[in-house]
Amino acid sequence: MTATTTTRSAAEPVSTAPRAARSGTPRTVAGRAVKYALVLFFLFIVLMPAYVLIVTSFKSGSEIGVTGQWNLPEHWTTASWAKAWRSLQPSFVRTFELAIPVAVISSLIGAANGFVLSRWRFPGADLVFTLILFGMFIPYQAVMIPLREIVTTIGIPPGIPTLVFVHCVYGIPICTLIFRNYYATTVPEELIEAGRVDGAGLLRTFWSLILPISIPGFVVTVIWQFTSAWNDYLFAIFLSNTRNGPITIALNALAGAQSPDYAASMAGALITSLPTLIVYVLLGRWFIGGLMAGSVKS
Amino acid sequence: MRRLRHWGPGLLLLSPSLILLAVFVYGLIAWTTKVSVSDEHNARGSKGFVGLDNYVNLFTNDINDRFLHSLKNLLIFTVVFMAGTMVMGLLWAFLLERGVRGEGFVRTVYLFPMAVSFVASGVVWRWLMNPGTGEDAGGLNAVFGALHLEFLQNTWWTNPNWGMAAMAMPAIWQLSGYVMALFLAGFRGIPQELREAAAMDGASTYRLYRNVIFPQLTPVALSALIIVGHMSMKMFDLIMSVSGAQWLTEVPAVYVWQALLTSDYAKAAAISIILLLLVAMVIVPYLIWTNRTEQRS
Repeated sequence: MTATTTTRSAAEPVSTAPRAARSGTPRTVAGRAVKYALVLFFLFIVLMPAYVLIVTSFKSGSEIGVTGQWNLPEHWTTASWAKAWRSLQPSFVRTFELAIPVAVISSLIGAANGFVLSRWRFPGADLVFTLILFGMFIPYQAVMIPLREIVTTIGIPPGIPTLVFVHCVYGIPICTLIFRNYYATTVPEELIEAGRVDGAGLLRTFWSLILPISIPGFVVTVIWQFTSAWNDYLFAIFLSNTRNGPITIALNALAGAQSPDYAASMAGALITSLPTLIVYVLLGRWFIGGLMAGSVKS
Repeated sequence: MRRLRHWGPGLLLLSPSLILLAVFVYGLIAWTTKVSVSDEHNARGSKGFVGLDNYVNLFTNDINDRFLHSLKNLLIFTVVFMAGTMVMGLLWAFLLERGVRGEGFVRTVYLFPMAVSFVASGVVWRWLMNPGTGEDAGGLNAVFGALHLEFLQNTWWTNPNWGMAAMAMPAIWQLSGYVMALFLAGFRGIPQELREAAAMDGASTYRLYRNVIFPQLTPVALSALIIVGHMSMKMFDLIMSVSGAQWLTEVPAVYVWQALLTSDYAKAAAISIILLLLVAMVIVPYLIWTNRTEQRS
């Protein structure tokens, strides 16, 4: 995610049409064979860790030695899944209570900011925008020490509500950027003008004209914020604990022991990853389009 | 009054965010800076201002040069991580650029590691990078053994000199797809007329890429480098879940956490501010640059 604008719409699904027909030079059969061989090879490499996770998670304790660790299980068992679920279940539910509000609230904030910054040029808008963007890149360690002190001083119990607040605040820059780029490229000036002629002010225009056409922008920010809240570990370890923290903390507790139960940790890693993977596979098409648009000047 | 009517509603929408960011980004950075120049080395609190002592001590007076060691680790990690994701991302985008059968599927697979947390992928990568060799080989070393590529077997992140290079592997696995997506968008943003014009001029495929297409990708490459580079400097969860907090693989982001565990707030704050400065050195010129190019267009 970067600061550049774009002329492509923020969430337009990426064209999947083959481009070969459009290119000037014909490709040789050998060239094509090499290309497909490489594509397959990399598919294999990328999927290898997924294979290990799945295979190991279905093995029984006695099969998890050094020998044959790449083989399929001789006896498939879901015992490790049950064990992992028993220890992850409370935090699994809790993490939805974290990620869903974060996704909704930061997207709404981002939409409002993005709209204002894409249309209303106030004095110093560039500087304000740059200062917002810098917030996207800061290492969170640079704010974490006082943040934790505030939380303990005020006596806010560590846990999910604190994390919701923190993720919303530090999600403002990225959501603002995504919506700013989206509005800058997809909302025609005439639409705003038409609203103005009808006497709609900025708030009215935003509410009745802009929000209804913002769905593609929302898809991107919702996925982005849901995923980053779900997968976050740094804020979680600073501002919560195993009893009230999100699932990354629980998974680390399950997998981080000196001699970890590999089958259970791998089942746990899969359980932990399922929600973001499902979101990603269902909405990925728009997500990829948005990712590209959010970061590429074209 | 008319000015207020004009700017008022916009600022009203914007101001909650601006206040939150002013307090929680810039305010807290100032607070961290203040802690970093204090002598708050334990839970009893601070007695006073010590200037830049904490910073100087990190570079000259840290036990076993611990901070310099963590910087060296970070440098190795960053170089390998950036090179790996850039090469992989560009290669994958190049392969997909003119379309392959089932492109949507291939792209989804290449990108899926991005949806997984570093904590979850750390579980499997710790297993894949099992340091045992020879008879005890496990994980990737077992694969090398089975393929009679024993010379590739190594101790991965437990190697005291170059272990951080191995630590970058999971990170490359996770982020290469993202860099691919950026490059793919870059490739597809190049107007078809440019390619056609080059073909009309009789340019070979090699020259087309060398002289027409790759130069157009420079802004994309820069964006990708910035994104991957700043992520690298903040890397914490991956290292914590693969190796845990230990000397061999310590980077500044992990050192901050370790210093906090011993309640050495001043030291933790000083390391944090150095991290921030490292990131700012890259990001600020980049933001200025994008601002300029945007205004020009």
